[in-house]
Amino acid sequence: MRDPLALAISAAALAFTTTALADDPKQGGTVNTIVQPEPPGLVLGMIQNAPTRVVAGNIYEGLLRYTTDLEPIPQLAESWDVSDDGRTYTFHLRENVAWHDGEPFTADDVVFSADVFHRELNPSARAVLQHVESIEATDEHTVVFTLTEPFGPFLLSFEAGTFTMVPEHLYAGTDFRNNEHNDHPIGTGPFKFANWERGTVIKLVKNDDYYEEGLPYLDGVNWHVIPDGGSRAVAFENGTIDVLPSGTVENFDIPRLSEMDNVCVTEEGHEYFSPYSMLWMNNREGPTADKRFRQAVMYAMDREFARNVLWNGLGKVPLSAFGSNARFQDDTLEPYDYNPERARELLEEMGYDGEEVTILPLPYGETWTRWAEAVQQNLREVGINVRTQATDVGGWNQRLGDWDYDLAFTYLYQYGDPALGISRTYLSDNIAKGSPWNNVEGYENARVDELFNEAATAYPDSEREALYKEVQEILHEDVPVGWLMELGFPTLYRCDVKDLVNSSVGLNEGFRDAWLDR
Amino acid sequence: MSFFARFAQNRGALVGLIILLMIIAMAILAPLLFPESPWRMVQRPFLPPLSQEGFPLGTDTMGRNVAAGLMHGAWVSLLIGLVSTSVALLIGVPLGAIAGYYGGLIDDILMRFTEFFQTIPNFALAIVLVAIMQPSVTSIVLAIALVSWPPVARLVRAEFMSLRNREYVEAARLVGQTNTTIILRQILPNTLSPIIVLASLMVATAILLESSLSFLGLGDPNVMSWGYMIGAARTVIRQAWWLSFFPGVAILLTVLALNLVGEGLDDALNPKLSRER
Repeated sequence: MRDPLALAISAAALAFTTTALADDPKQGGTVNTIVQPEPPGLVLGMIQNAPTRVVAGNIYEGLLRYTTDLEPIPQLAESWDVSDDGRTYTFHLRENVAWHDGEPFTADDVVFSADVFHRELNPSARAVLQHVESIEATDEHTVVFTLTEPFGPFLLSFEAGTFTMVPEHLYAGTDFRNNEHNDHPIGTGPFKFANWERGTVIKLVKNDDYYEEGLPYLDGVNWHVIPDGGSRAVAFENGTIDVLPSGTVENFDIPRLSEMDNVCVTEEGHEYFSPYSMLWMNNREGPTADKRFRQAVMYAMDREFARNVLWNGLGKVPLSAFGSNARFQDDTLEPYDYNPERARELLEEMGYDGEEVTILPLPYGETWTRWAEAVQQNLREVGINVRTQATDVGGWNQRLGDWDYDLAFTYLYQYGDPALGISRTYLSDNIAKGSPWNNVEGYENARVDELFNEAATAYPDSEREALYKEVQEILHEDVPVGWLMELGFPTLYRCDVKDLVNSSVGLNEGFRDAWLDR
Repeated sequence: MSFFARFAQNRGALVGLIILLMIIAMAILAPLLFPESPWRMVQRPFLPPLSQEGFPLGTDTMGRNVAAGLMHGAWVSLLIGLVSTSVALLIGVPLGAIAGYYGGLIDDILMRFTEFFQTIPNFALAIVLVAIMQPSVTSIVLAIALVSWPPVARLVRAEFMSLRNREYVEAARLVGQTNTTIILRQILPNTLSPIIVLASLMVATAILLESSLSFLGLGDPNVMSWGYMIGAARTVIRQAWWLSFFPGVAILLTVLALNLVGEGLDDALNPKLSRER
């Protein structure tokens, strides 16, 4: 008797080969997409905001890329070795790489980018570089980073947007910010800068000399600038635009657009950033200073409802301080389910007297306003006396920076590793007035500080894991902030744009492998 | 002819009055018919009207009962309309009375001050005021009052100017009444009828202003008002027409009713004028 399983497998294998054949990439074609808002400039490393990253990530490259599981894969570095003590990282560079102006890319460019350019201009790279003792080019294609002590997330720091390789021969010894080449960025990426009609379109064209044989398939990518959200949705509907990067249309337009023929949606491509929405709770004063109150807030919020209704079912209800894409997440913690009864008990236990608590929505558009209304109602239903304060972006920044709030919405990037994106929210030495991005809630716990700091430089990973497990348990109990949602940022595209999102930064470098089945 | 008979002669005014009474009834009955907060998410989002019992007007983007919002919104709209008009009268009437009664330099100063407010577009000024003070019922009432008092001052001033040299005023002066007494007891009562007519129209304008502010997201985020409902629904108008339609109709009817009543009051209070018409 023939084994039915084996039959099924061979049938599946056959099906796989045929589809693989049918999906053989085609050359040519230009993709039209959106950049929103128009970026202030395109020199990555000098500017790191989202619109710059999404366009310039196709012009510039880093040493490494990251899979959707945040595993490093080669980009400009072909391979790398880590010494046993975790202090020496040796990168072996590709040998056939040229800048868009024809000059060869060498180890000197890496040293210049890291040691000079980023140290001067790039705060997030600087935070990593403080662990680096020296950067040396041992030959034309080998670079050695020596660290002062082991730093766990080091290999995760080489993403193109954060650790961009810039050409030494054009920038060395110049005033970086006023360099004439800033208007015509030169990188090593699959696309070259063509022209930029301000307020209208940024055009990139294929780099014929790209080092990956056959890539890119596309002849070019046009990034259109359309300031109005409604018009962007219409442009996609009528076919002018092939790809809508996440955040370029309002959430409520997404179901309508995604139901159109030949439209695909993906939530992938944000694993590296993993935007994580939180509710700041002022740990310093008022009812929110009481742990039981903060736990009550967690139980009172119907986060499933918010996910299903406000975010159209996209995103994930988080478990705790570490998002599901973060390394070392402890998924054995007891989730804070929607449980108004438990919330009322906790409030009773702490003797909450109905003191008014204000809530500050994030002024980023309709979805966030509605969300604040939903949370406000959730909290009222368990007996918390909430009042919403409407504000604009400036007011929001100022209130959080001055710690003048009780509850406030925000979202933060996680950058894959707890030491890069998570610890900053809870470390007490990261409490400083004036910024809405640090330890705004004012949480102070010596043990948490100790564990986070130890874990950042512990080696190997099993050591880190144990330390982070303990940290997560403490944070889960203390609820320094409310964990609202691991945001799902969907990308909409015509289904005949193939292989668009294939790494953890998604569209930021997606056109490298994309092709048009037309 | 009695006051009401004169009022009722204007059919439109009667219709307006009936609509207005219904809206007032809505506002009063809201807490009885819908004791739960209108912000409460009670059903599946986007239920169309009449599709489910208890939700005659459907539910909104978050599953809140539109009918409850509409009823509670009536209260907010009327409250803001009435209070802000009263505040505007409290500013406009004294300023206009003093300017009109004393004339001369005082008049000049007060009128230049009034013109200063009149030259700035109402709505723009209201937006700026609310944005500065942070949106809340109080700040909205104040902003609306601050942009709507100049016409009152103008009207009262004109009335006072025409009345201040009448015989009965001269007589009061001869008797030795103080200026304050003359203003309050002799002239002001005689200017009441145009003020009442103007005030009824101002309530309508105030409701519109509040709706516009809420529509732009400058409403008090803690109260459900009609303008807020439309503002929140405008982005989903292609999916759910009823979310903006019903509050829109409510605003239309209320403003229309107030205008009709205002006209009726004008007829009733100024019978000579209306007969000439």
